Amino acid sequence: MKERTVQLEVLRYNPDTDSEPHFQRYEVVCQDEWVVLDALNEVKETLDPTLNYRWSCHMAVCGSCGMMINGEPKLACHTFLRDYPGVIRVEPLAHFPIERDLVTTPDDFMEKLKRVKPYLIPKKPKPLEAGEYRQTPAQLTKFRQYSMCINCMLCYAACPEYGLSPHFIGPAAITLAHRYNQDSRDGGRDERQEVIATQEGVWECTFVGACSEVCPGHVDPASALQQVKILSCFDWIGEHLLPGGKK
Amino acid sequence: MDTITTDVAIIGAGGAGLRAAIALAQSDPDLRIALISKVYPMRSHTCAAEGGAAGVIKPDDSFELHFNDTVGGGDWLSDQDCVELFVREAPRELLQLEHWGCPWNREADGSVAVRPFGGMKKQRTWFAADKSGFHILHTLFQTSLQFESIRRFDEYFALDLLVAEGRCQGLTAIEMRSGQLRQFHAKAVIIAGGGAGRMFPFTTNGAIKTGDGMAMAYRAGVPLKDMEFIQYHPTGLPNTGSLLTEACRGEGGILVNKHGRRYLQDYGMGPETPVGQPQLKTMELGPRDRLSQAYWHELQKGNTVTTPWGECVLLDMRHLGAKKIAERLPLVHELAESYLGVDIVKDPVPIRPVVHYMMGGISTDTNAATQLPGLYAAGECACVSLNGANRLGSNSLVELLVFGRRAAESALAHARQQPEPATAALAEQAERSQARIRELFSQPDGNESVAGLRKEMMQTMEKNVGIYRTAEGLEEGVDKIRELRERYRAVTLTDKTNVYNTDLFQVLELGSMLDCAEAVTVGALARKESRGAHQRLDHTERDDANYLRHTLVYSQGREAPRVDYLDVVITKSPPGVRDYSGDHK
Repeated sequence: MKERTVQLEVLRYNPDTDSEPHFQRYEVVCQDEWVVLDALNEVKETLDPTLNYRWSCHMAVCGSCGMMINGEPKLACHTFLRDYPGVIRVEPLAHFPIERDLVTTPDDFMEKLKRVKPYLIPKKPKPLEAGEYRQTPAQLTKFRQYSMCINCMLCYAACPEYGLSPHFIGPAAITLAHRYNQDSRDGGRDERQEVIATQEGVWECTFVGACSEVCPGHVDPASALQQVKILSCFDWIGEHLLPGGKK
Repeated sequence: MDTITTDVAIIGAGGAGLRAAIALAQSDPDLRIALISKVYPMRSHTCAAEGGAAGVIKPDDSFELHFNDTVGGGDWLSDQDCVELFVREAPRELLQLEHWGCPWNREADGSVAVRPFGGMKKQRTWFAADKSGFHILHTLFQTSLQFESIRRFDEYFALDLLVAEGRCQGLTAIEMRSGQLRQFHAKAVIIAGGGAGRMFPFTTNGAIKTGDGMAMAYRAGVPLKDMEFIQYHPTGLPNTGSLLTEACRGEGGILVNKHGRRYLQDYGMGPETPVGQPQLKTMELGPRDRLSQAYWHELQKGNTVTTPWGECVLLDMRHLGAKKIAERLPLVHELAESYLGVDIVKDPVPIRPVVHYMMGGISTDTNAATQLPGLYAAGECACVSLNGANRLGSNSLVELLVFGRRAAESALAHARQQPEPATAALAEQAERSQARIRELFSQPDGNESVAGLRKEMMQTMEKNVGIYRTAEGLEEGVDKIRELRERYRAVTLTDKTNVYNTDLFQVLELGSMLDCAEAVTVGALARKESRGAHQRLDHTERDDANYLRHTLVYSQGREAPRVDYLDVVITKSPPGVRDYSGDHK
């Protein structure tokens, strides 16, 4: 296996000792097939035990290691050194407060996830004794993609709207609401619409599409948000223009 | 020091911890629940499980068949009363997840689909593509959000249990974002902190799997049971150790050596089955211990393929075709492609066995209760003796659910009988916990680094407690771990600040792993037989006369631990021969 010396420029910030963030440069010998996370681990083990970042699964499913790599939101465990011939600049995820070094505080995201009621609100509750809710493969396909979100928050870091208007509920949370709305077992759409079909919800989205570009799980939140917009318009037409609507 | 008073404190917010929290919240809306985890719940390692979860649901299946597969798969070290209740309660738990929205794969008629899995005589593994654990974890986490009484303490690093009047009454934990130690006073505590696969250098386990929960219980005097049984998953990517699910073989993938021979037929798992027509409980659908051991023999014979990442065998899935792979194994396809550069549609992928799961853990009974009143445990951190000497794939995701819920029920019953916690005695213990951290910060700089000690521990475990073991190697392992535990006392903290100090957490995690490693090595040396995942070259046969019993290891602090034994519960299946030669012979 080939080795190469990689130059990392890492944003450091310790609220205990630093008045503001600064960059620190590390030169570290890496194997060609490594990902950025491997390089960070090598720094932590051999050069600087005080460097801090989150990681766990090393297979792009736990969502811990989201960070900005050369300005783009990426999972460090799924960003290959071979794609970065020059200096690699590593910063904490944009649009979130820095807790320390590459560790950001996700409180806002966690609160928004909860707000969209991301759990099944059964259309017709049935006891466990009655067995499973029947759901055809086609019905499953309707929402499966939107259930793949790993909550890595890369889409929030990529979203210019979230950067400008932090009250925007944002791509992942709205997508999750849409996932349950599209589930044939669910009857909770009205409750969720109150949260997502609002100015803070989908109408804040200007369809830049950056969320879908950076999504490591190919969830395509942009399409979910556009679907929510279209369905919300149908709601409005049904309520205001059709005979018998709620008005 | 701030005190949080609660009724039940849960350590760990993966599958078992979340299941327990939901069960508690549903039982009594007024109950105070503290869910404490060193990571945000969706980062828990449950998310990495791929293949699925076993529960009898199809008409041709029965509880008895699931029981027989599990007991035989565990080489008769499972407690059979535990297996009996587990197989009965499994389908209901999986159905409950379905009612909570889990996107299980479906049959054309809308019923839940099942797939074949290793060591299982019938198709009974419920699955959500090859991201079953991910979907289970997120379904549980999302479901938990509707319960206001579940108070989460995300990124709190649990440190020590608080024990007074002979009962567990709480714990201390470091709030990671401030570095401040908090004490939790509780009427009952549930540990659901996962396994300790990171003791080994080559593992499917995420960085967080450092056995902190096991070690907390061990230090508090609770025995660790059957720790010598370490499961090697036969099919890991050779460079990163990422898991390629057993479903690869369940769907029809085959294992071949460098001569293209399906070598499993040479190790009691033949005769060969037709390619692309997998048959249950034979060849590639044999149990994990046997498959990993077969690799070792192929390695000795020189039949493995030399790759830049070590000696491998080949997992060939080409005959499944692009469509089936996309539908059923999308994650595997992606993992092999991105991390190894192999397209499984076009080429066989090199793999080798990788440390995956610990059958052992905190000794519990079928109610998830430990020997310490008020302390319960569930999931990989516990050893309820479901899995015996070798776990069957797809039993552990269900174990999280069945015993997570049982732990909640037991903890609730206990909590209801308890007075308010013994505040003064607990505060005094919490001070000792604080002093331990203070000592670490004031330790003079020495020569022992966390990275150095960790590396030596990993090398020791891999060299001496691998797939095949010897008395000589195990003795060396015991001595070396003992030496490392002594040297650990002088480990130097480089970072002495407070906010999100991962240098500190890595030191604490290393301490947890060294505790677990002590129990693993000592238990393995004491067990002079070969059973399931514990194979000794100097004692090659199973020895029911002497070792049809569980190993219990009790910590004695700096002294060598005490080893004791506990009889296996046999209800209806006397120890027999594990036969994976298939019906077609």
